Amino acid sequence: MSDTYHHFIPKIEIGKWVQDVVQSFVDHTENFFTGLGNGINWFVQQLVDLFTWINPFVFIIIIAAIAFWRSGWGVALFSLIGLWLIFNLGYWADTMQTLGLILTAIIISIIIGIPFGIWIGLSDTAKNIITPILDFMQTMPAFVYLIPVLFLFGTGMAPGVVATVIFSMPPTIRMAGLGIRQVPEDLIEASEAFGSKTSQKLFKVQLPLALSTIMAGINQSIMLALSMVVIASLVAAPGLGAKVYLAVTQLRLDIGVESGLSIVIIAIVLDRITQNIRKQKKS
Amino acid sequence: MDKIEVRDVTKIFGKNPKRGIELINQGLTKTEILEKTGMTVGVNKASFSIKDGEIFVIMGLSGSGKSTLVRLLNRLIEPTSGTVLIDGKDVTKLNKQELREVRRSKMSMVFQRFALFPHRTILANTEFGLEIQNVSKEVRRKKALEALELVGLKGYEEKKPGELSGGMQQRVGLARALANDADVLLMDEAFSALDPLIRKDMQDELLDLQSKMQKTIVFITHDLDEALRIGDRIVLMKDGSIVQVGTPEEILMNPANDYVEQFVEDVDVTKVFTAEHVMKRPETIEVSRGLRVAMKIMKDEGVSTVYAIDKNKRFLGILYGDDAAKAVEQGKSINDVIKPVESVTTDTYLIDMFETLSASPVPIPVIDDSGRLKGIVKRSAIIDVMADSSEVLNGEG
Repeated sequence: MSDTYHHFIPKIEIGKWVQDVVQSFVDHTENFFTGLGNGINWFVQQLVDLFTWINPFVFIIIIAAIAFWRSGWGVALFSLIGLWLIFNLGYWADTMQTLGLILTAIIISIIIGIPFGIWIGLSDTAKNIITPILDFMQTMPAFVYLIPVLFLFGTGMAPGVVATVIFSMPPTIRMAGLGIRQVPEDLIEASEAFGSKTSQKLFKVQLPLALSTIMAGINQSIMLALSMVVIASLVAAPGLGAKVYLAVTQLRLDIGVESGLSIVIIAIVLDRITQNIRKQKKS
Repeated sequence: MDKIEVRDVTKIFGKNPKRGIELINQGLTKTEILEKTGMTVGVNKASFSIKDGEIFVIMGLSGSGKSTLVRLLNRLIEPTSGTVLIDGKDVTKLNKQELREVRRSKMSMVFQRFALFPHRTILANTEFGLEIQNVSKEVRRKKALEALELVGLKGYEEKKPGELSGGMQQRVGLARALANDADVLLMDEAFSALDPLIRKDMQDELLDLQSKMQKTIVFITHDLDEALRIGDRIVLMKDGSIVQVGTPEEILMNPANDYVEQFVEDVDVTKVFTAEHVMKRPETIEVSRGLRVAMKIMKDEGVSTVYAIDKNKRFLGILYGDDAAKAVEQGKSINDVIKPVESVTTDTYLIDMFETLSASPVPIPVIDDSGRLKGIVKRSAIIDVMADSSEVLNGEG
């Protein structure tokens, strides 16, 4: 049936075309992406080195102190017990790898995402062009990113970071744009009526007022980044995700539960800390 | 001198404003243009001039184009055609940089919903205009504190706008505009969001500030009472066009058309007219002329009282016919029998003299700032005004 159909109308070779384009892209940009990959690897390694250099108990107390400063006793206590549990289960090194990966991905997301967010907040044209791209980035199954990313960066931490950035950046961009657009019209008018330059309007009025929304976007991005750690492990990114992957392939329920639990603990701690940054700015 | 001159300023919202201008020139109305092209005429060939130091009120119902008109002055909305001259300079021809300069130094704006920056303290809000001009921190702080003191908000510097009541927030809005020290204040329905009592306070305070500062104020409102209360001159707008320009009295006395007449029909004239408008000429006696002359005047004019004044026409008191007769018999002087009576000043509103009037057995004297007798107000005069304001005004001049 299909053969007869294709006899008359040939198959549209979307997959092959994309593969060809990516291949030729890879061939021409190999040096650049290898360099970029090395840069990312180097940055993550610095973070991981720093995290592992710090004594785990000191680290736990620092996080608990931040949690107390930002969210109060409950979250501080949870962080203390949760992180100690991770240490106790023996997943400390993996957790530090994962933290390094997420932190790098989030820093890149912010550096790229905020300017784009401001742009779609200010320009309707930019919004009309970028929004569908963001939809695409978020709805495309995350596994699919891994393939071109593998082509460009090989295996290891760098492709994991890049795939995580692609998947987790959209909320930062969207919410930054939304935050800029939500600034009340009369405040924009007021800043213009007093003779603000475009940059003064942006930095003195729009960005400060959009800050809580932007923080909400970053918080969402962090959560999405965490949800990517297992997928990132498919391209051999080390960390807790790799442990989960190992547990699945070897049917090791014990490792699965312990590493999964560690991810949940990290997620809750990071969420509560960053969420409350947003709330505090609001009040 | 004219501070602001607006000539044939038109704003058309829509896809093809040039075509809209053509249609206006052909004499089509706002409704016809909307039906024909889907474009809205915001302001239709407005022309007027505003004198230095006056409070110029632009008044109209919602949708009349008044808020658009005020934004055409500082080009928050770009005019489609026409010119706006400020100090003789055409604002519509300025480039971005020059326009910013005008907004910074010449015109400040106060907004209906206050438009304070919620993330800044009251002081930082007040400093905003100076801050974006890169004025040094000490100078802008000093000016902002002065402005806040002027509007009565000393001590609130470190609060956030959200912690203040509506009336106080608008004082901050006013202080922010004053801190810039611009000659022109654009006030877009500045008091409309406030409740009536606070609104009245703010109007009084604005008049008070104005008497000290002599700014040129362009005040937008939909409230005729407010317009009449604070406006030196008023322009009435309807459907984007100017219907009438004039002083409050001119508008009340000679409404340009049915629309204005309908508008002013419900005005409480006792809040608009002052003693000066309704007073009549009194029978007076200059005290040095003595009691006998006073009695003759009363007899000749058929009245039972005269108002006693000195050589400089300063009001001394009232002389009753009975007292005068007794005094002549007893050989007393005129000064012994003059009785004091409560008086009002020429600028007292009718509504504020009801009490005095009802308590006084005689028409109440009206005096000017230096105490000179200018006239008297009878109870009947007020009733006449309320019955028909124009007749009284035209009759008395």
